[in-house]
Amino acid sequence: MLNLLIAIPIVAAIAILLGLCAKKTALFATALNLLLTLALVFQYNQQPGAAQYQFTSSLLLAPSWKLAFALGVDGLSLLMLLLTAIVGFAAVWVAPHPDKLERYPNLFYACLLFIIAGATGAFASLDLFFFYAFHELALIPTFLLIGIWGSGDRITAAWKITIYLALGSFVLLIGLLALYFSIPGADRTLNIPVLQALAMHGGIPQTPWIYLTLLIGFGILISLFPFHTWAPQAYASAPAPAAMLHAGVLKKFGLYGLLRVALPLMPGAAQHWTNLLLFLLAGNILYVGLVTIAQKRLDTMLGYSSVMHMGYIFLGIAAFNPLGLSGASLLMFAHGLSIAALFAITGAVRQRTGSLEFSKLGGLAKPMPFLGFTFGLAAFASIGLPGFANFAAELPIFFGAFSHAGKSLAFSNFQITTIIALWGVVISAVYMLRGYRAAFLGETDKRWNGLADLCACAQPAIILLLAVLLIAGFRPQPFVHLVTPTIKAVLAVPAK
Amino acid sequence: MNFLHPLALDLAVLALGLVLLLLEAFNDKEEKSFLGWIGITGIAVVFVLSFFVGPQQFATGELAQFYKADALALFFKRLALGTTLLVLIMALEFRPILSRYLPAIGKNAGLGEFFALPIFTCLGLMWMASAADFVMIFVSLELVTISFYVLVSYMRRSGASLEAGVKYLILGALSTGFFVYGITWIFGITGQTNLAEVGKALLKLPLSSETPVFFGMTLLFVGLGFKIAAAPFQLWVPDVYQGAPTPITALLSVGSKAAGFIVLIRVLEPFLNAPATADRMLYVLTALAVLSLIYGNLAAMPQLNLKRLLAYSSIAHAGYLLVALASWKTGHAPVTVSFYLAGYFLMTLLAFLVLIVVNKATGGDSIAHFNGLGQRAPFLAFAMLVAMLSLAGVPFTAGFLGKFFVFADAIQTGQWLLVGVGLVTVAAGFYYYLKVVRAMYWNVAKNTDPITISGLTQATIGVLIALIFLLGVWPQPILQMLK
Repeated sequence: MLNLLIAIPIVAAIAILLGLCAKKTALFATALNLLLTLALVFQYNQQPGAAQYQFTSSLLLAPSWKLAFALGVDGLSLLMLLLTAIVGFAAVWVAPHPDKLERYPNLFYACLLFIIAGATGAFASLDLFFFYAFHELALIPTFLLIGIWGSGDRITAAWKITIYLALGSFVLLIGLLALYFSIPGADRTLNIPVLQALAMHGGIPQTPWIYLTLLIGFGILISLFPFHTWAPQAYASAPAPAAMLHAGVLKKFGLYGLLRVALPLMPGAAQHWTNLLLFLLAGNILYVGLVTIAQKRLDTMLGYSSVMHMGYIFLGIAAFNPLGLSGASLLMFAHGLSIAALFAITGAVRQRTGSLEFSKLGGLAKPMPFLGFTFGLAAFASIGLPGFANFAAELPIFFGAFSHAGKSLAFSNFQITTIIALWGVVISAVYMLRGYRAAFLGETDKRWNGLADLCACAQPAIILLLAVLLIAGFRPQPFVHLVTPTIKAVLAVPAK
Repeated sequence: MNFLHPLALDLAVLALGLVLLLLEAFNDKEEKSFLGWIGITGIAVVFVLSFFVGPQQFATGELAQFYKADALALFFKRLALGTTLLVLIMALEFRPILSRYLPAIGKNAGLGEFFALPIFTCLGLMWMASAADFVMIFVSLELVTISFYVLVSYMRRSGASLEAGVKYLILGALSTGFFVYGITWIFGITGQTNLAEVGKALLKLPLSSETPVFFGMTLLFVGLGFKIAAAPFQLWVPDVYQGAPTPITALLSVGSKAAGFIVLIRVLEPFLNAPATADRMLYVLTALAVLSLIYGNLAAMPQLNLKRLLAYSSIAHAGYLLVALASWKTGHAPVTVSFYLAGYFLMTLLAFLVLIVVNKATGGDSIAHFNGLGQRAPFLAFAMLVAMLSLAGVPFTAGFLGKFFVFADAIQTGQWLLVGVGLVTVAAGFYYYLKVVRAMYWNVAKNTDPITISGLTQATIGVLIALIFLLGVWPQPILQMLK
């Protein structure tokens, strides 16, 4: 089943490259993936006592390394797969029609499908090698998507994201290999469940610098402050579907990696760096937050905002308790959907106005009520308004982080960071509402009077994203239940 | 299944080369491309036959003194045969460009030796793979080098080719001099030319002899560093690669490097296993690796000509291979090197093959000639994309798995300096390999006529692409071969 989930987009991409009708094939493939993922979610056995990893399969490739193409999912991976499938489907849906693309129309859709395949593979892999390899597979389609069909300073943006992420991936690879070789000879394996079982018995040495390497490697991929500079520019220049997939799905790979590999295998080493992580994530929230306010363009503002919101997820991960981790998992899901919706709407606006500078926009909600309305909803979701999944996720993160009380009466570092993070909510409200007002409200410029709203055929994609956000916002329990066993397993590992 | 004697392979190639030379001399036909076809068929047959030869130990006898046929030797023989096969296919494709630079009367005259000489190079490479004695190493090395002297400057009316020939001749002769001088030092101390005997002598080396042996080995490094294109012995590489006929550049870049590494492994083995010399050797290897990595990768970044870019990339890859050798303590450095070379063989030859086809259609080797190739020839562009991604080390390609094994070895033995340098150079690699991708897909072509590809070339490209992906996820066949 999981094999199929990875194979469908790849086969579809190859078929498109060979000349099949691009849009229809891609839509069909992503719709099929969405249905399959839903089937997996409903079939996943959540009974107490059920195996953590289900739908497993394994194909041994190199015995000397115990390297195997091993697939399997638990609640957290399923949530991420669901995110991939929903955002992937929406991204292909809102992608410009092949006839409107000047060059390589088929390659555009093939690149999108390769990114989807890479993300799916990374989330479904239970082998460190393929976990890593699938993610990096998505690097090259991103390079092509930004380089060929990007806007603005696409050339700088494409180089920057590609080289930065290649570097980050390599740091990650060094960390993973160092972790592998720090394990005594006979126990060495690349299989994640086996490694986790090993960690339960204290079989993995807790070397602080190895965890730091992993943290930096994953951190670069997540745009952890101060390794975030690749993100805003790349998202601003990328075509909307690429930005949706990258900011919405691919960036979650690093967070997923922390939760799947770094934390459960090295909880002891992680403790050494808690204060550093708190400091850096405060940088994400406060520094990048203030930078976001200063943006003069809608697309770079969204790019920075997506960097900023990573800070909340890091806070949940740093808290390392049931509340914090479940909030972080849910926020990964919620942020992926909200940022994808925002980029989809912005892409449609850019297509119509040709510019995203606040000084040139204004009053766009009048000619384009649907885009204006949905942007408002997505912006509210992104700020964390109650009713949206983002709120349901951020709240437990704050509670989880604040519960780390210091020994004395003074605030602990956790509590100070949480207070900063709470101010972050205010900061997001400032820039999102300012951006919303500047672009969609106020006087409508004459130039924009004749603009057409998003056509009815593309509207369902955005409605889908927002609907899932609202469902998860009003009823987060099923989502939290889905990830609870994973979080329990992560927290059960003894930190020596 | 092992019904053939290993020597039979070498002898078959020798016979094939001689037959081609005789046919060249005594055949009146002006059109000589049939020689290429005979060569391709012959090498392909020997390549297939090589799988019916098993690794053997010659315990006694004359042969055991100078000839080895272990798994490593057989693997490098296959690599040499495969390289030659592809080079001959390239040579067929390259004919029109070649005849432009020949002072011949007929359109296809003077091409005969171009198909025969690579077969002798192949023979030399195969002997190098089996050499177990300094004399044997030297003789086979010279066979390779001398046939290269001719091949590099084959395009007699091209200034660049002649310049390349002279540079290769002078520096090649110089490096040979160093190599022989090094052998005499080692012979002087140990009294042996057989590598196994040298190894035994090194184990009971008196303290006073350590420095002279180290000096001798350093001289050997000069000679072999030239062969594998490692910095600081890389000066010849860019000009010779650019000037030589492209199929010969490919042969230099893959065949010569592979043979250099098998000899390096054979020669280093006794030195690295003897406690008296091991540490110093590792320092030298580390230094060479750092220099090659930094020089190759950084100098490749500003290149505008693809052949030059591949020349610097060849230096860079020598650096990665040296990283594996510098991690000798893992005990499986030869396997890592061999696997890396297998991947390097596929991706480099694929790049050169596409380069030749594109050169025929656009008339140049610079990266700008690839502008808009994605529109003109989607298949060729895709092939080049795969080659470049594999060279850069993107997962699911043979190149990535090669780098993965190399850095795994380096981390296992705690070579943190090399890992740190690798971090910078891998990122640099992404930049300059993707420059070619940028030209093919981002940029627009002036001329958008489709490019026609011959059936043989198309099939070869297809096979190479498939092998790059296959080896990228399934290393087992190669690892099995090396056991």
